[in-house]
Amino acid sequence: MEDAPRRTPLFGIPIDGGGWIFLAVVIAVTIAVPVLNLATEPGSAFHVPTYLVPLLGKYLCYALLAVAVDLVWGYCGILSLGHGAFFALGGYAMGMYLMREIGPRGVYGNANLPDFMVFLNWKELPWFWYGFDIFPFAMLMVLLVPGVLALVFGWLAFRSRVTGVYLSIITQALTFALMLAFFRNNMGFGGNNGLTDFKDILGFNLQSDETRAALFIASGIALALGYLVCRYIVTSKLGRVVAAIRDAESRTRFLGYRVEHYKLFVFVVSAVLAGIAGALYVPQVGIINPSEFSPANSIEIVVWVALGGRGTLFGAALGAVLVNYGKSYFTGAFPDLWLFILGGLFIFVTLFMPKGVVGSIREGLAGGRGLISRKRDEAPSPGAFAGSPGE
Amino acid sequence: MKRAAFLLLLALAVLVPRPSFAQDIEAAINALGQGSFNERTSAANALAQTGDQRAVPVLKALGDRELYLRKADNKVFIGRTVSGTVTLIDPVTGKEAGVSTGGDIEGVKVNNALRRTIEALLGGLTLLSSDPAVRRDAATAMFNQPDPEALGTLDAAIAKETDPAIKAKMDEARAAAVLKSSRPDAEKIAAVKILGARGDQASLSLLQNLEASAQGDLKAAAAEAIEDVSGALALWNNVQNLWYGISLGSVLLLAAIGLAITFGVMGVINMAHGEMVMIGAYTTFFVQELFRAHAPEAFDYSLFVALPAAFAVAGLVGIAMERGIIRFLYGRPLETLLATWGISLMLQQTVRSLFGPSNREVGTPSWMSGTVEITNGLTLTSNRIAIVVFTAIVFIALMLVMRFTRFGLQMRAVTQNRPMANSVGIRSGWVDAMTFGLGSAIAGVAGVALSQIDNVSPNLGQSYIIDSFLVVVFGGVGNLWGTLVGAMSLGILNKFLEPWAGAVLGKILILVMVILFIQRRPRGLFALKGRSVEA
Repeated sequence: MEDAPRRTPLFGIPIDGGGWIFLAVVIAVTIAVPVLNLATEPGSAFHVPTYLVPLLGKYLCYALLAVAVDLVWGYCGILSLGHGAFFALGGYAMGMYLMREIGPRGVYGNANLPDFMVFLNWKELPWFWYGFDIFPFAMLMVLLVPGVLALVFGWLAFRSRVTGVYLSIITQALTFALMLAFFRNNMGFGGNNGLTDFKDILGFNLQSDETRAALFIASGIALALGYLVCRYIVTSKLGRVVAAIRDAESRTRFLGYRVEHYKLFVFVVSAVLAGIAGALYVPQVGIINPSEFSPANSIEIVVWVALGGRGTLFGAALGAVLVNYGKSYFTGAFPDLWLFILGGLFIFVTLFMPKGVVGSIREGLAGGRGLISRKRDEAPSPGAFAGSPGE
Repeated sequence: MKRAAFLLLLALAVLVPRPSFAQDIEAAINALGQGSFNERTSAANALAQTGDQRAVPVLKALGDRELYLRKADNKVFIGRTVSGTVTLIDPVTGKEAGVSTGGDIEGVKVNNALRRTIEALLGGLTLLSSDPAVRRDAATAMFNQPDPEALGTLDAAIAKETDPAIKAKMDEARAAAVLKSSRPDAEKIAAVKILGARGDQASLSLLQNLEASAQGDLKAAAAEAIEDVSGALALWNNVQNLWYGISLGSVLLLAAIGLAITFGVMGVINMAHGEMVMIGAYTTFFVQELFRAHAPEAFDYSLFVALPAAFAVAGLVGIAMERGIIRFLYGRPLETLLATWGISLMLQQTVRSLFGPSNREVGTPSWMSGTVEITNGLTLTSNRIAIVVFTAIVFIALMLVMRFTRFGLQMRAVTQNRPMANSVGIRSGWVDAMTFGLGSAIAGVAGVALSQIDNVSPNLGQSYIIDSFLVVVFGGVGNLWGTLVGAMSLGILNKFLEPWAGAVLGKILILVMVILFIQRRPRGLFALKGRSVEA
């Protein structure tokens, strides 16, 4: 791993140089953006326009999601192509709370039922909507629903030693199945329109600048805390075992570790983080619909991580912001080019930058200083731990 | 009995051609031109009663609003309208009787009741036609519109009929008419038996109507027949579901088989596989465009040109992908997955830029359109049959290549043990390239077939890729039989779940089942046996 002396601990969690820079940037942005939006006049050179606040907040949520994927992929070697499902489930839990907050202000003015249920001519609230008018309960569900799904799915998959591309494919099937399910009107989640027309959260108007700023700050804090949690896990003794599983699963098993338990733990933590990211994402973009479950979305998350740099955590966050900034820019300016660029990115990163942006910068730094000996100690190249298919 | 005897007499009378009654038929035809709808309905009946075959075109023309009344002498003519002028044809002699521009004639009006009467009458009249196909259609029409009035005609036709198949149809039509008539119960019970033997949805509803109104023995007989018919229908329904399942399974097999080869031999999941299918479909479109432009008369054969073209195009794209990108990623299957996903996005966008985002029209050759009726309960569409047959040919051809060619031998060797294959002198790099090319080429050929049943759009491949993965994962790697069994079981399961779970829920259930199945057999149904722990 990285050389030990350069790590400075925070709350007892060893943070490397890049991690400190990352935390500093996240905290600076978390403070600066709301301040510059609220405290400066629109004409001022330092003013952050209001439309940018939820957009940047969205990037922060994506960054947290990417950190969660990096935890399972970069450190445990599990390529999940279904993390979009956990993200969307967290988002739906939040969306259900926001729907209940609308109360009688909907188009149909029904205090007990969300608009789409009135439209479908339903008479009462389905049981699984109970409790979602209570904020703490909804927040508990944001954690529990993705967590429990990951627990059950992971337990089934890891116990029977489904690994490698097989695991990737069934995670993809999982999110595909959920997408089909949520598209159904009679599932009770709004069908293909999803949940939208939110009014307020905890009594604060979602359209107001102050609420948006608060959500932005919450996303920034969640990203920083999520990073710290992941960092804590990967630097702990458990993290060492997880990395060992990534590099040589059978050997770790033969040494007496219960491989499935470690994998399951990391997978569930990652799913919960993804759920939190989804819950923060929904009030900022104002809608959640089943297309969030689409397998293509989940694969896209993986390329964020690959671009930023697997197995670095902050690299994943960087990749998420870079790709999504590119997406916002190109889908606006050259919509026909975007898929070429995204596709090219997939190919370019896997062929020429297997360690991502962060890995390349590190190599450049190491090479510049002539510290060839350091290279040997660094994290094994991501290609080496993908696990060959048998031979 | 008296009535029956009268009808029989009438029918016999009908059978005898009577040219001498020309003025009778002329009067009957002219009566169609005037009076209320009721009067004209009875005029149509009277015309049919003459039994003259010349009444057939007249009634047809009336139904099609091509019958005209000449105001000058109240004579009725059949009119053929060509660009505003009406050519009048004398219905009795069949000769042309002048041209009109519309002022001196008026169209004979019909309403729906009259049209229904005409259909039934035509059924009765055409029963006696000399053309077997016309008689068969007439019997079918009379079954669908049972009319007790036509019983006499039917009896006469049955007595005269020599073709047993048509006779059976006439019997059924007669039975349907008997149920609606006021005949004695004994005769109706016999009719119930005939309908019970026919055993399709139409006879079921006739029987159910009867059961609701009948009493005593007749009711019991009807109930019994209903039970039989329902049982037979359920059976046919299962056969039909099985067929739909096989048909869906063939589609899945076509889409997945190339994937199974590349995954089996190279351990590479090719996410761009679906795009190879799409390329094959667009090749078909392109070839058909060429045919439309240069040889429209040979359009029916365009698919035979499209097949090798799609094979070549998709195969070359596959080889280019392998040589250009994938060979640098061997031993890193997860990264290969990502890179091929990138390729798939780029291919989609390329096709979207070249051909536009909307669906493209791919024509179906005439020999592939239409349906084949197996029994009353089961009709198969020709294009589905063609696809099932085509899939079988592709599958068998591939099996033969794998088993009996040098390339197939090398491919199997590399699948089973790559280092050992290398050490006996097989160039595994070359085998990889060829295998990838072959897998992609088969996907291209699948695209030709799928272009016949699906929309040809840039997203075509996306809709098959997850299903194809499931088939491969379910069936197991390195064995084409596994892919076959996987595709067929998923296809058939899907079609049997659909009726009671709905299409979407059925699909979700299948996904969940496959996910659970993987728990029991992580390497699929037909896994290669080995002793490697990492396998």
